[in-house]
Amino acid sequence: MNEAGDKMRTAIKLTMGIFACFAVSVSVTANDAVGMIKISQGQVSLQRAGGNTEARAGTRVYAADRLRTGADGSVGVTLKDNTLLSAGPNSLITLDKFKFDSKTHAGAISVGVKRGTLSVATGKIAKQSPESVEFVTPSSILGVRGTEFVIEVIPTVEVD
Amino acid sequence: MHPVTCLRWLVTSVALLALTGCVSERVVLLPSPDGKPSAVVIRNAAGETLIDRPYGESVQRSGYHRAQPALETEVKQRYAAALAALPPRGRSFMLHFDTASDIPLPDSLALLQQVRQEIAIRPAAEIVIIGHTDRVGSDADNEALSLRRVESVHALLLAEGIEDAVIETAYRGEREPLVATPDGMSDPINRRVEISVR
Repeated sequence: MNEAGDKMRTAIKLTMGIFACFAVSVSVTANDAVGMIKISQGQVSLQRAGGNTEARAGTRVYAADRLRTGADGSVGVTLKDNTLLSAGPNSLITLDKFKFDSKTHAGAISVGVKRGTLSVATGKIAKQSPESVEFVTPSSILGVRGTEFVIEVIPTVEVD
Repeated sequence: MHPVTCLRWLVTSVALLALTGCVSERVVLLPSPDGKPSAVVIRNAAGETLIDRPYGESVQRSGYHRAQPALETEVKQRYAAALAALPPRGRSFMLHFDTASDIPLPDSLALLQQVRQEIAIRPAAEIVIIGHTDRVGSDADNEALSLRRVESVHALLLAEGIEDAVIETAYRGEREPLVATPDGMSDPINRRVEISVR
């Protein structure tokens, strides 16, 4: 292995690192929003990298956001493809992945239910490409076929 | 569920959970609003479970799994808080136009009142306006016409007092006809602007 090659590899790694930093530091805008909170009752918090945000009707949600409800809390979200999600009390829901092409209606959704209850009415993505819609619980992965359903997860130990 | 049965179920679950430190999970399929068949597939270490009957449920605890029918009343009661927080379903309105015109037809103009009401009753409503043409004229002219139709409807909604910040717009020219026609054919259904409210 020659020195020039090593330098080249280092340069490539550096460049990739810089791009990675940019990717992480790009600020969130309305265009990147994956949906909006429509209903928020009782204790509800929206956890995002870089701090918690208020979770009121009209608050936009982004991929990787986590919604947490307290003992008296419930929250309802409409995603951009018209998927409806709502969580009951003592819930922790993670919006792990959302991609949607509003022209073709193709896309992908992955939502995690760490604990509590989540009710779902699937939207355009589930109609167009049901195989790329999943709901993930601690033990299982749920796939859907044009569906409304409820998921309940009762853990014994606290999860973050 | 009978209170005693419920208590026994709870005690059993708690005992099981205490023993294993594991998670209890339940999935219930709800009827689809249009009455069409629907299903959920649950994949985990135990294999694959299909629920394809409304109010069918799958219950899973540490190494124990069963699929069974649930009671509608019990499901509605148990998940009342979550179900009550499900946002209203999206609704869309179709406005139609004369050939080459960007002014909605009288019947379509009358629809705007309904659109305004629909937006008013919804919590944090969002609106998407998408413009289309039929296949009369060139592709480029139709792109421009569909944009003019969107701008015209956008202005009408603003005049109805709807906030600009919640409106998104797009135009598709003749690329997405509702009714497939040969190129150059006039079609009143394809000359449209769709207003989706969610």
